Amino acid sequence: MSKDQAKPKFRWHIVVFLAPAVLVYTAVMIYPLFATLRLSLFTEVGQERVYVGLQNFRTLFGNAFWSEQFWNALGNNLWFFVVHMLVQNPIGIALAAILSQPKLRFASFYRSAIFIPTILSFVIVGFAWKLILSPIWGIAPGMLDAVGLKSLYAPWLGKEAYALTTLSLVSVWQFVGIPMMLIYAALLSIPDEILEAAEVDGITGLSAFWKIKLPLILPSIGIISILTFVANFNAFDLIYAAQGALAGPDFSTDILGTFMYRTFFGFQLQLGDPHMGSTIASAMFAIILIGVCIYLFGIQSRMRRYQF
Amino acid sequence: MSIARQNRLNTFAAHGALILYTLIAMFPVFVIVINSFKTRKAIFREPLALPNADSFSLIGYETVLKQGDFFLYFQNSMIVTVGSLFFILLFGSMAAFALAEYRFKGNLIMGLYLALGIMIPIRIGTVAILEMMVQTGLVNTLWALILVYTAQGLPLAVFILSEFMRQVSDDLKNAGRIDGLSEYRIFFRLVLPLVRPAMATVAVFNMIPIWNDLWFPLILAPAEEVKTLTLGSQVFIGQFVTDWNAVLSALSLAILPVMALYVVFSRQLIRGITSGAVK
Repeated sequence: MSKDQAKPKFRWHIVVFLAPAVLVYTAVMIYPLFATLRLSLFTEVGQERVYVGLQNFRTLFGNAFWSEQFWNALGNNLWFFVVHMLVQNPIGIALAAILSQPKLRFASFYRSAIFIPTILSFVIVGFAWKLILSPIWGIAPGMLDAVGLKSLYAPWLGKEAYALTTLSLVSVWQFVGIPMMLIYAALLSIPDEILEAAEVDGITGLSAFWKIKLPLILPSIGIISILTFVANFNAFDLIYAAQGALAGPDFSTDILGTFMYRTFFGFQLQLGDPHMGSTIASAMFAIILIGVCIYLFGIQSRMRRYQF
Repeated sequence: MSIARQNRLNTFAAHGALILYTLIAMFPVFVIVINSFKTRKAIFREPLALPNADSFSLIGYETVLKQGDFFLYFQNSMIVTVGSLFFILLFGSMAAFALAEYRFKGNLIMGLYLALGIMIPIRIGTVAILEMMVQTGLVNTLWALILVYTAQGLPLAVFILSEFMRQVSDDLKNAGRIDGLSEYRIFFRLVLPLVRPAMATVAVFNMIPIWNDLWFPLILAPAEEVKTLTLGSQVFIGQFVTDWNAVLSALSLAILPVMALYVVFSRQLIRGITSGAVK
C-alpha cells in the first residue's frame, strides 16, 4: 500500500460543485453588501473619496434636512408594515381557513384566482389602481354611488392624509395570496386524528379553529410576519410606480426604499450622492437585521412546535 | 337535522366569502383588460361595460406597438428571466449536491454562509453593485441583471434543493460508484433527474420576482435596447399618461405574458408552496 492511497485524496469535485455558486453569491451579493456599508464611511471632496468615519450618520440623524426625511420615511414604512400585519395577514389566514375546509368545491379555482394579483408586477398594480381610484375616470366614485356612499369618495391617492394607507391597502390586495398559501399549507398538514379527537370532545367549527388549529399554525404565522417585515422594509416598486420618486403628495408616501433611491440618484435640483445613499442603505440593513434577530432569537426559539 | 342545515349554511357562507374575495382580486385586472379594447369615449362613458360593436377599438394597441418597442422589451425580459433561472438552477443544484452529499470540513459553515442571503435583501448593496457594474463595463447589459438575479436566487435555491437531495437514496449513488461513474456523472445522470420536481418549484418561485422587478432594471440597465418589459411599460406609461387607450393597452400587454405563464405553471407553483418547500 503506497502512501498515496492511505491518505485520503483531496476531493476536487467538492470544490468544483461549490465554486460557481459561492463565487457568484460572494461577488454579486455579499461583497457589494459590505462595500456599501463601507462606502457609508466615506464622502466625496473634490472628486476624491475621503474617509470621514461616522460623519454621514451624524448628518443623517443630526442635520434637520436629512433627519426629517429619514424619520418621515421610517414612520411611513412602519405604518406600511402595520397595515400589512393588521389587514393582509388576518385576511390571508381567514381565506386559508375557509379554503382548507374538507370537501369544499371549487377550492383550487378560488386559490388560483386569489393568487393572481401576486403574480402581477408593481407597475401594473400601481397604475391599474391609480386609474381605478382616479377622479377623472370615475370607476371608484361611480361604484360608491351605486351603493349610495358617494359622499365617502375622495381622491385618496392625491390626499396626504390617505395616500399612504391607500397604497398600503393596494399592496395588501396584491400580496394577500402569500400568507393565504403558506397558512393553507400549514392547515393541510394538521393530521385528521387531532381534529377528529377534538370533534369527539365536542370542539368543532370556529372553536376548533381558535383552540386547535391556530396554536398549531403559529410558527407559520411567525414566518409570514418576518417575511412581511423584510419585504416591507425594502419595498420601493409600488410607491415608485404609483407616485414617482418624489413619493407625493408632499412626501407623504415616502418609505425607506424611495428615500434611498432619491438620495442615491438625485432628483430635480438635488444631486445624487452614493455615500449618503449607502448611509441610508446601512440604516435599512440595521433595521432589517434587528427585525430578523428579534424573530430568530425572541420569537422563533420560544415558539412551541408540535411534531406529528 | 339541524347539524345538516348548519353545515349547508356554513358552506354557503364559505362560498360567499370566497366569491367576494375572488371578485375583489379579479376586478382591477378585468376592468383594465376590457377597457383596453374600447374607444376613448366608451372608456369614460361606461367604464364597466364590455366592449361591443360600437365601442370596440384597437387604437390603444396600435399606439403601443408603434411607439414602444414592446417586442424588444419582451425579448429582453425573456432572456434575463430564462438566463437567471438557468444559472440559479445549475449553480444552485451543484452547490446543494456538494452540501447534501459530502462530509467535509466547513460544510455547516458553508451552508450557513449561503443561507445568509435568504433573509437579507440584495437591494441593500445596490450602490456598490452599480459601481462594480460600471467598473466592469457591464452596466446597461443584460448580463448585469442576470448576475444580480442569479446571486439573489441562489440562497433559497441551495436551501430547498439540498433538502430534497438528502432524500435521494444512497444505494442508488453507491451503485453508480461501483459501476465506475464519476462524481460528476452521478450528479448529472442520477441525482438531477430525480430532483426535477424540486427544481421546477425553485424555478417557479424565482420566475415571478425576476420578471416583475423594477429596481435593478431601473438602476443597472435603463438604456432603451436593454429595457425589460416591466421597466419598458413603466416608462411608456409615464410618457403617455394622458393617452388612456395607450396606457390601458400597455397594461394589458404587460399582464398577458404573466397570466399565460401563470396558467401554465400555477399547479406547479401551488404544489410547490403547499408541499412545504419553504418552511
